[in-house]
Amino acid sequence: MALDKTTVANIAFLARIDIPEDRQETLARELSSILTWVEQLEQVDTQGVEPMASVANLALSWRPDAVTDGGCVDDVLSNAPEKNSNCFVVPRMVE
Amino acid sequence: MTVLTDLTLVEARDGLAKGDFTAVELTEAHIRAMEASRALGAYITETPEQALEQARQSDARRATGTVGLMEGLPVALKDLFCTKGVRTTAASRMLENFVPPYDSTVGRNLARAGAVTLGKTNLDEFAMGSSNRTSFFGPAVNPWKRTGDDAALAPGGSSGGSAAAVAGRIALAATGTDTGGSIRQPAAFCGIVGLKPTYGRCSRRGIIAFASSLDQAGPMTRSVKDAALMLSAMAGHDPLDSTSAPVEVPNFENALTGDIRGLRVGVPREYRADGLDPEVSALWDRGVEMLRDAGAEVVEVSLPHTDHALATYYILSSAEASSNLARYDGVRYGLRVEGKTLDEMYSRTRGAGFGPEVQRRILIGTYALSAGFYDAYYLKAQRVRRLITRDFLEAFGSVDVLLTPTTPTPAFALDEEPTDPLTLYLNDVFTVPTSLAGLPALSMPAGLSGQGLPLGLQLVGRHFQEETLLNAALVLERACAFSGAPMFAGKEV
Repeated sequence: MALDKTTVANIAFLARIDIPEDRQETLARELSSILTWVEQLEQVDTQGVEPMASVANLALSWRPDAVTDGGCVDDVLSNAPEKNSNCFVVPRMVE
Repeated sequence: MTVLTDLTLVEARDGLAKGDFTAVELTEAHIRAMEASRALGAYITETPEQALEQARQSDARRATGTVGLMEGLPVALKDLFCTKGVRTTAASRMLENFVPPYDSTVGRNLARAGAVTLGKTNLDEFAMGSSNRTSFFGPAVNPWKRTGDDAALAPGGSSGGSAAAVAGRIALAATGTDTGGSIRQPAAFCGIVGLKPTYGRCSRRGIIAFASSLDQAGPMTRSVKDAALMLSAMAGHDPLDSTSAPVEVPNFENALTGDIRGLRVGVPREYRADGLDPEVSALWDRGVEMLRDAGAEVVEVSLPHTDHALATYYILSSAEASSNLARYDGVRYGLRVEGKTLDEMYSRTRGAGFGPEVQRRILIGTYALSAGFYDAYYLKAQRVRRLITRDFLEAFGSVDVLLTPTTPTPAFALDEEPTDPLTLYLNDVFTVPTSLAGLPALSMPAGLSGQGLPLGLQLVGRHFQEETLLNAALVLERACAFSGAPMFAGKEV
């Protein structure tokens, strides 16, 4: 799979990563060569093989639906780049 | 006179018990070594005052008869383990000033066992790499050098700072994490023991996530016995990690008998690839002989899907990383680069905060998970992962452990590192398959290359059979009698 600059720019938007114009060409080449290499997996016959998401083979454990943690607003906000009145502050989204 | 920084974990524990020295003396020796060894770049953050305070408390506890498994033993934590009140960076600009409000479960388990924390060790950014070169803080350096050559060598990665610290005698032991080989490859490069436990053995709570279905914490030490001791202190079920296994933690050290008569050892045919370094191949053969001499039965096994493990790993780990690293958005913690809109703020933050390798993997992962490509890449890789796991389970039907090399080559020079990502990923060719299958695996130093660099052998065991693995490793350790110490080992000055 060969990716072009436009596709790279689109993936970068999906991933919300600002990639300067002058890096997109190189990145397109690098990502293309990785994807081409990965396409070897097409050779493997996986007919009837279930996808494997985890090796843990655990049923998720149950617990009582009770509050066990909380009341730590200061901890939660301690690393906030910008905060106000116990809230995280972000750029205005609605005009 | 005993050089305190040269002791193994077990020797230091026994010395403390006999009263030969105190935890404060042991810690002070390591703090001096740490200061003398800054050229190794092993630590991102040193915490000497906190270490001394912990050591004083440990000596006080000992005086009252309370002695944990790791009582008074100074160790280092990979800077991927959250530490309350001590910055935790993942070697990324994104988290350059992140100070967690809580401790990782593994870190807390070690502290409860009495361990002293010297600081936070260097790594590849977000644990993505095999050389330590992607660290925002500059690479850690391997304490070993080639004979007659001054070139600085890579300590491996991603747990390269931990490996350099342990090999360089500036920590008795360290924690690492392993996603595709990040404990075992640096252990091999630096001539120490690195154990990746079974997936689920150690809690992932409070360890900065890379690929959650693969990440696993483990000990990096200078002996097999040390690895057994430290794993006993690190492991255990944690209700705060839903993938943490609710199984008993044995005392791994007590399970070491040194008797492997009748043990069935498998040698995977597919790992003897064309072009395998003759020295690595010869070392592997010697390892096989040593186990046979100790009474093990050696058989060849087949793991037919080995060739496809790297590509499978690359898709799955990148996909999981793209999802896990979505949390770094400049809102709640970490770097923020302002923008006019929310989207612009996200993009600028992530463009500036992540290095090129992390960005590359997020982009690949995003692509593999995007509409139209999800089946062809992500689901396909998950199916191949099952086949790879089946290969191992079948092999373990007829053998108890597998023996393989850990890496295809000894450590490379930092400035010789291949710039082509594909060549670099080949470092992980022997370690990645076991990660996909969630199996426990250990690397131990087994000899020196012609150029005087350590070479590692890897043992792989069945799920939750670390005892078998450690026991076979103990036998190999005795037979190899690896006594090499690196040129640059921070001694007391």
